[in-house]
Amino acid sequence: MIEKRQDMNASRAPAVEGNILEVRDLTVHFVTEDETVQAVSNISITLKKGEILGLVGETGAGKTTTALAILNLVPVPPGVVKSGSIRVCGKDVLNAPVRELEQIRGSDVSMIFQDPMTSLNPVFTVGDQIAESVMMHDKCSKAEAWERAEEMLELVGIPRERAYEYPHQFSGGMKQRVVIAIALSCNPKLLLADEPTTALDVTIQAQVLDLMCDLKEKFDTSMIFITHDLGIIAEICDRVAVMYAGRIIEEGTLEEIFNHTKHPYTEGLFNSLPNIEDRTAKLRPIPGLMPDPTKLPKGCAFAPRCPYARPECIETPQEPKYFSDTHFALCSAYSEPGFRIDREEV
Amino acid sequence: MAESLLEVKNLKKYFKTSRGMLHAVDDITFKLERGKTLGIVGESGCGKSTTGRCVMRLIEPTSGEILFEGKDLMSLSKREMRSMRGDIQIVFQDPFSSLDPRSTVMQSIAEGVKVTGKYGTRQAIEARVVELMDTVGLAQRLINAYPHELDGGRRQRIGIARALAVEPKLSICDEPVSALDVSIQAQILNLLQDLQHQLGFSYIFITHDLAVVNHISDDIMVMYLGQTVEMAPSEELFRAPAHPYTKALLSAIPIPKVGATRDRILLKGEISSPIDPEDACRFSKRCNYAADVCHASCPKLREIAPGHLIACHRFDINGMIED
Repeated sequence: MIEKRQDMNASRAPAVEGNILEVRDLTVHFVTEDETVQAVSNISITLKKGEILGLVGETGAGKTTTALAILNLVPVPPGVVKSGSIRVCGKDVLNAPVRELEQIRGSDVSMIFQDPMTSLNPVFTVGDQIAESVMMHDKCSKAEAWERAEEMLELVGIPRERAYEYPHQFSGGMKQRVVIAIALSCNPKLLLADEPTTALDVTIQAQVLDLMCDLKEKFDTSMIFITHDLGIIAEICDRVAVMYAGRIIEEGTLEEIFNHTKHPYTEGLFNSLPNIEDRTAKLRPIPGLMPDPTKLPKGCAFAPRCPYARPECIETPQEPKYFSDTHFALCSAYSEPGFRIDREEV
Repeated sequence: MAESLLEVKNLKKYFKTSRGMLHAVDDITFKLERGKTLGIVGESGCGKSTTGRCVMRLIEPTSGEILFEGKDLMSLSKREMRSMRGDIQIVFQDPFSSLDPRSTVMQSIAEGVKVTGKYGTRQAIEARVVELMDTVGLAQRLINAYPHELDGGRRQRIGIARALAVEPKLSICDEPVSALDVSIQAQILNLLQDLQHQLGFSYIFITHDLAVVNHISDDIMVMYLGQTVEMAPSEELFRAPAHPYTKALLSAIPIPKVGATRDRILLKGEISSPIDPEDACRFSKRCNYAADVCHASCPKLREIAPGHLIACHRFDINGMIED
C-alpha cells in the first residue's frame, strides 16, 4: 500500500528531489510496568517540498508523539519505537548517531511547541537564544550569529533592538514569534508546528498564521501543522490527516477531507463544531469518549462511538479504502456497496 | 416591564500594583433577563473573568451596583452574601484544578446538596447526587471515583453538577469548554442548553471562542481592556458588527470550510497596558480608523439600534467615518 502511494507521488512530481519526509509504518508504544499505551499505530506520512500537512485529532490521538518521533525525541523509556522508519531529507532519523541527529534537528527539521511561555529560557535574552541555534549549526562567530538573530527577529515582525530583552518582557504572541524565529533560524526544510497558536488570542493567532504563511512562501518550507482547530486547517493546509487513537483514519487533500468526508469520525468532528453562520443549528456531538489507549480493540477503535458501526467492525482490523490517489479512509463499512455517510449526501 | 434577573451598573474593579492602578474592569453596565444567556467575549486580559467574579463578589468590586432580583448585592454583609451564593453559581474554566483531588464525585457534589438544607438524611442526599449525576450525564458507577481517574469532559460535568446542586438561578460559566476537545465541548454545550430549556436557567457565559459564544448566547458583550466596546443581540452582532474591534475579532475566526477565507482585518500590535490608562479610546492604538478625537477622550457607549450599543467616536449610522 505504501509502495503504491509513493509511486504515485513520484509519478506526479518527477522533477523534485524526492520527499522531504517519509514515515513508514511507524508504531510507538509507551510501556510501563502495568500496561502498554499504544500511542501511535502503523502510520505512514509522506511530505513533499513546500507542502503543508494538517494533522488533526483530539487529545491523546497521538499527534504530538508522531511529531516527537520525527525528531527522535520520544522519551525512552517509557517510549518504545516498535517498528517503522523515518527519513527526513533522505536521512534515517531513528538510527542516526547522536552527533548526526544534532545536525538534523534544527537544520533539516525543527519544531514549534504549543506553549511559548515555557519553551523559552527565562534567563537568556531572546537574541542569545536565537544566536545559540545559529552558532550550533553554522559554525560562525558570535557577532555573525547575533546579526542573523536580529535579522530573524525582524523577519517575524519584532524590532531588532528587542533582541537584548528577556522573554518576560514579551507578550504571548511575541514570544511565539520568537520561538518561530528560533525554529526558522537555520532554514529547516521541514517545520513541525505543534498547536502553535492554541495558547494565543484570535487576533494574535491571525497575525501568527499570516506570518507562517508568508514564511512558507518565502522559503518553501514543508510543514506539519498539528492542531485540533479545523478552521485553521482549512486556512493553511494542502493536505489533511485525521488521527484517532493512534491511527490515521482518514487522509486526503483539503478539498477531499472537507467536501468529500468519508470517515464517520471526521464527520463527527465537523458535526461537533458550532456553525457560525447558523446559530440555531443543534450541535451533534460524538457520543462517548476516546477509548482507553491501553486497551485498543483489534479492529476499529472508533466503532463503539460510531453510528454506522456493525458488530464485525470492532473485531476485524481495518484496511484502508482508497477513493482517489490521495484520499483514503480506514473504515470497513465501505466494503458494502453503496455505503455513504450522512455528511456526504448534503 | 418585568424586572431583570441581574442588573450591573457602573461596575469597576481596580487592582493596586507597584506601577499604578490596574483598571481590570472599568465601568461595565449590563442587564440579564431570566432564562437568557449573556455572552462576554474578549481576549486574555480584557477583564471578562474579573467581571464574572465581581458579580458574585468573589472579587470585591471597587465600586458599582449589582442588583440581583432587585436586591443590591454590594450592600449585603458577608453572611448575607453567602446565602445569596445559593442563587448564583460559577463553573470554572479548568476542570483539573477546580475540584478537590481528595474528594470523590459523591463528596464533591454532596457538599452543594447539603448547603441547600433541603435534604436532611444521608439517603436523600445520595439520591439527589445520583439525580444530579444523571442530569449532567455522568454514569452512576463513577460515584466513588476521584477526579484524577476521570478525563476533562467528565470533570467538567462534575463542575456543572456542583453548580446545579445548590439550585442556582444564575450560573456564571467562565470558559467552561475551553479546556475540552471539540466532540466533548459539543456535549457540554448541548447539556448547558438543555438545562436552560428544562429548568429555566440564566447564564453569563464567558469565553474567547466566538463560534461558541454565538451558538449559546442571546446577547453578547464584547470587552476590550476592561471596557465594553459593543453589546448587541448575538444575531445582530454577527450580522452587522459596528465597532472596529468587533469587526477585526470576527474576521479573525478561522472558518472550517474550504475557501472560506474572508477579508481579514489584521490588527497591528497587541493589547496595551491596563495600568493607569490615559483618557483615550483604549483601542485607538490598534485601530485603523483612529483619529485625533480618539486619542483625546474615551468614547461613551451609545445606542445605534434598539439593543445595539457601541463605544466608538468614529462610528456613524452610515458606517465608519472615513478621513
